[in-house]
Amino acid sequence: MSTKERSWWIVAGVAIALYALFPIAWIVSLSFKAPSDLANGSFLPSLFTTENYSLILDGAASDLFLPALRNSFGICLIATFISCVLSMFAAYAIARLDFPGKKFILGTALAVAIFPVISIVTPLFNLWRQIGLYDTWPGLIIPYLSLTLPLSIWTMSAFFREIPWEMEQAAQVDGATTWQAFRKVIVPLAAPGVFTTAIIAFFIAWNDFVYGISLTSTGASRPVPAALGLFSGASQFEDPTGAIAAAAVIVTIPVVVLVLVFQRRIVAGLTNGAVKG
Amino acid sequence: MSTTTLPPAPKTEPVSKPKALISDRAKAERKLGWLLAGPALAVMLLVTAYPIAQAFYDSLFDYRLTDPDNRSFTGLSNYVVILTDQLWWTAIGVTALITVITVAVELVLGFALAMVMNKALRAIRPFLRAVILIPYAVITVVSAFAWQFAFDINTGFVNSWFAWIPGVGADTDWFGDTGTSLFVICLAEIWKTTPFISLLLLAGLAQVPEVLQEAAQVDGATWWQRMRRVTLPNMKAAIMVALLFRTLDAFRVFDSIFVMTAGANNTESVSFLAYRQTISRLEIGLGSAVSVLLFIVVVLIAFTFIKGFKVDLAQARGDS
Repeated sequence: MSTKERSWWIVAGVAIALYALFPIAWIVSLSFKAPSDLANGSFLPSLFTTENYSLILDGAASDLFLPALRNSFGICLIATFISCVLSMFAAYAIARLDFPGKKFILGTALAVAIFPVISIVTPLFNLWRQIGLYDTWPGLIIPYLSLTLPLSIWTMSAFFREIPWEMEQAAQVDGATTWQAFRKVIVPLAAPGVFTTAIIAFFIAWNDFVYGISLTSTGASRPVPAALGLFSGASQFEDPTGAIAAAAVIVTIPVVVLVLVFQRRIVAGLTNGAVKG
Repeated sequence: MSTTTLPPAPKTEPVSKPKALISDRAKAERKLGWLLAGPALAVMLLVTAYPIAQAFYDSLFDYRLTDPDNRSFTGLSNYVVILTDQLWWTAIGVTALITVITVAVELVLGFALAMVMNKALRAIRPFLRAVILIPYAVITVVSAFAWQFAFDINTGFVNSWFAWIPGVGADTDWFGDTGTSLFVICLAEIWKTTPFISLLLLAGLAQVPEVLQEAAQVDGATWWQRMRRVTLPNMKAAIMVALLFRTLDAFRVFDSIFVMTAGANNTESVSFLAYRQTISRLEIGLGSAVSVLLFIVVVLIAFTFIKGFKVDLAQARGDS
């Protein structure tokens, strides 16, 4: 590869990194600004302070923020796991088997995926209060499945569809049992799709705002986005900007860590020689 | 080869066939299909069938949570009220505008990103993939706050950085006007969701057989020819999934608007209108009707897409 080509790639890489990280850098910078410094009109603080962080971590806002972090992690992980297991079976059946009704299943998934969240919320609000699921973890995990399941099914079906299933038969011709063929041939081919789907499902659940703000009322189950929304609303702080920025940074740190962990798996999965000729 | 490992017979028409002719094998396959896909289907129906039915039912009533005893059946009059109200048409216009602009920009940008990531030097590829995942993983509410604070007349830096652009100055109030508010909302949406498209496209790109690319190159195909004849046809499924879900997702835009403008200056989307009717004004009947209408619009879009692209996710094997 020529030097010119190499430097072109580096320029492109830097541009992408700038694009992705600039708003993050801005909110980090903002979180270190003192209240008097917020309106200085410049990107960087003129004086570094961590007072926004102490406000959130052990100050007045900590009992709003810390439980929300725990709730978000627990609820989203459980919802992702359930929807991945369910959709793995469903996508396999859709991509692989001949049975009447797979169009109906995909159609249902689509209808569920596009149904406006807000109109699921109102009836659920009444039902959850009656049966005691309001402001509980299951009360959010169940509606989160309506967000994560349809996308998981569609994405995984698309992935599974591209898999050369003949290879499974070829392995069986070569003497492999059905289980061996599945384990040694199909699983490595399907894994990248499953991992990519799991990431997508998790971040969709993690990102939810409407359910979170409508179906919870206390720190018992309120997830992070809803808590952030309340920061800006009826707030006891004079100017919540600094506190919001600090909370946003803290919420983003675990996400960045997760991204790095999952990213390695995706790269390994995609480069595992999956589907090539 | 034993009978259990035989590939299934090429496309029969199971529906038009008399029952007696369906082989045991086909029966077993059917059973297995429902067994595998059934749980997912059941869960989806459970979480949505009740709320969907309830939303439609509620939309037929004049029903306020502040006055629940005076609930009365009014038929379709909620729909008449909404469809003759300027608020609804403004919300539809705003939502459509945001959807078209963001999805168009995101598809082009996302494809470019995917191409760079697919071809980038081995050394920086993992770095690029991690970096591109970050906007995607950041919560929409957080991204909305970041962009809002950047453009805000008090806390922002945009006004002082871009003062050289005509019309931008220290006192430019980006959230004081419909057009500029929507511009910032679109920017935030594009920044946040382009990675979703580019990741799906990258997955599609990775599945385009290298051999085909090389063969085309050896045969003297130009870059554009290879793109059109080899790359794009091979990743149609990935493009379809990315585009379909992003469009439908964009049409429900809510979080950014909630955070940035709360619907001020005619920046209200359809979802926000429904939210304001149900949650803020507790007009369950009207709000449900808005939701049902939104759902119908969205179904029409999806239908157009699937017919337009002619991709059938269910035609899974033995073809193409």
